[in-house]
Amino acid sequence: MEKHITGAVHKFGDDINTDYIIAGKYTKTLDFSTLAEHVFEDVDPEFKNRVRAGDVVAAGKNFGCGSSREQAPIAIKYAGVSAILAKSYSRIFFRNAINQGIPAFICDTDAMETGDEITVNIEESFAELPGRNIKIPLTPLSPVMVNILEEGGLVEYLKKNGTYILPE
Amino acid sequence: MGRTAAEKIISAKAGVDARAGDFVVACADLAMIHDTTGPIAIKAFSEYGREKVWDPSKMVIVLDHATPSPNERISNLHMLLREFAARQGITLFDAGEGVCHQLVVEKGLVLPGGLAVGADSHTCTYGAMGVFAFGIGSTDMSGVMLTGKLWLRVPGTMKVIFRGGMPEGVSSKDLMLNFIGKIGADGADYLALSFSGDTVKAMSLSERMTLSNMAIECGAKAGLVASDEKTAAHLKALGKGEGSPAYDDDDAVFDRVLEIDASKVPPQVALPHSVDSAVPVTEAAGTEVSQVYIGTCTNGRLDDLRIAARILSGRKVSPNCRLLVCPPSRKIMADAIAEGILLQLVEAGAAILPPGCGPCPGTHLGVPGDGENVISTANRNFKGRMGNNKAGVYLASPATCAASALEGRITDPRPFLQGR
Ligand code: SF4
Repeated sequence: MEKHITGAVHKFGDDINTDYIIAGKYTKTLDFSTLAEHVFEDVDPEFKNRVRAGDVVAAGKNFGCGSSREQAPIAIKYAGVSAILAKSYSRIFFRNAINQGIPAFICDTDAMETGDEITVNIEESFAELPGRNIKIPLTPLSPVMVNILEEGGLVEYLKKNGTYILPE
Repeated sequence: MGRTAAEKIISAKAGVDARAGDFVVACADLAMIHDTTGPIAIKAFSEYGREKVWDPSKMVIVLDHATPSPNERISNLHMLLREFAARQGITLFDAGEGVCHQLVVEKGLVLPGGLAVGADSHTCTYGAMGVFAFGIGSTDMSGVMLTGKLWLRVPGTMKVIFRGGMPEGVSSKDLMLNFIGKIGADGADYLALSFSGDTVKAMSLSERMTLSNMAIECGAKAGLVASDEKTAAHLKALGKGEGSPAYDDDDAVFDRVLEIDASKVPPQVALPHSVDSAVPVTEAAGTEVSQVYIGTCTNGRLDDLRIAARILSGRKVSPNCRLLVCPPSRKIMADAIAEGILLQLVEAGAAILPPGCGPCPGTHLGVPGDGENVISTANRNFKGRMGNNKAGVYLASPATCAASALEGRITDPRPFLQGR
């Protein structure tokens, strides 16, 4: 996992549900690159043309609410997004994103706007908008999530550990 | 200090004294996957290089989200799931058996006090039987398939007490839409809901399932109803044991306690495109609808079909409107046939769909056209949910949906029940 991420912000509002991230009609596939072609289609049809590898999705509260479909974080990952920042997440989506090895952090996203250049420093736990001299702290992940993310996702974590190990 | 039912169940499954906020590793009594989430779970599981899942007798696979298959792509995923089930010795419910959550409760596949995970957000439905049940993603599921366990943070509990009798024409769906409207789409994020009060006590298991089913729509991890003699009777009829029921202690610590007077809640309608936008039916009345859907794991059961038939029998669905009815299991369909309900619905103008999710997830069957409005008994009305982002979906009870089908407009069901 990259510890220093630099890209452009794509800003979303509150309560972006997983149906909006990837509609149910596209979810029945194991060809994950097809998911990226429809990501955010119902709320931001231009997103898929605008997004560049390394970019960051920034959202309001309750990001990823609704369905448990892991196709949602997978679609975001295959679109090339390198990190997700939100004021809060729906529980299942949050786990799914970390399980997919996508850095997903909680922080205040109010200042972020689509097109802003952003740096996410995971080691030192902050995001920065260099163009506007704004530095925003990230809420630390739970220790078990940190370990899963460090392995690059749950599959790699379980391949290595064989089971779940709760950090003391 | 007392403990909540959620804390008790998780403690038992994790083998530690777990309190809200603790991180634990807990064992699962049941793991469910279906045709949307299952293939990714199996793909992830295959990466571990392990032949067999931890315990095939504790897994179930349901083909329900796109059944019968609408195209070759989905047919191939169905084949993958059937082959996996056969190879592993896992029970598979094929097309036409019904919706996953309905089948788990109907067949008593997990008992009160148990812990169930499903790769579907509405897994919380089993909370109606006193099961701590919640939805997880496909990769988390692959971890359960490997180890039989998963890590979790023990949730705090929001106690929701419904008191008083529901007036005629009002159902548990209306209570839940009203409740979610009050607390918002993230009002119970990371919490377990615990439903109680004399209103809930008086409800059938089916009505309780509607409450638990919609817990996720306000972000809750679980929606528990204490098991009682109704739960026990259901399990006894199936030849199953009573499980190990868990109850909230009176002196348990609750994050929030909410009391709602059920006698004062009128029929509700959630407006497009969010579940937490409920208004009294009188405020939405008159809005034209081109399609009415009665079905889903939320509200397609026998009592739901019964009240729809009470309103529709001897009357005709509006010529401006299509009525789709989808019993969520083969058993419900058979019972509705035996009771004569399906005949009444068909004679009123309903199209009956094969047991399964039907039009709910927007994959096939009953996709609305551009600009059309649908009123549905489902639990979700996000933009595009039924397959077209240019359509509007309203959510309501089976009674309100049935009355709306008669008029081709959103309609208060109460006058249509008088004298019937
Ligand atoms: S009926 Fe609808 S809500 Fe229920 S499991 Fe199927 S798609 Fe999900």
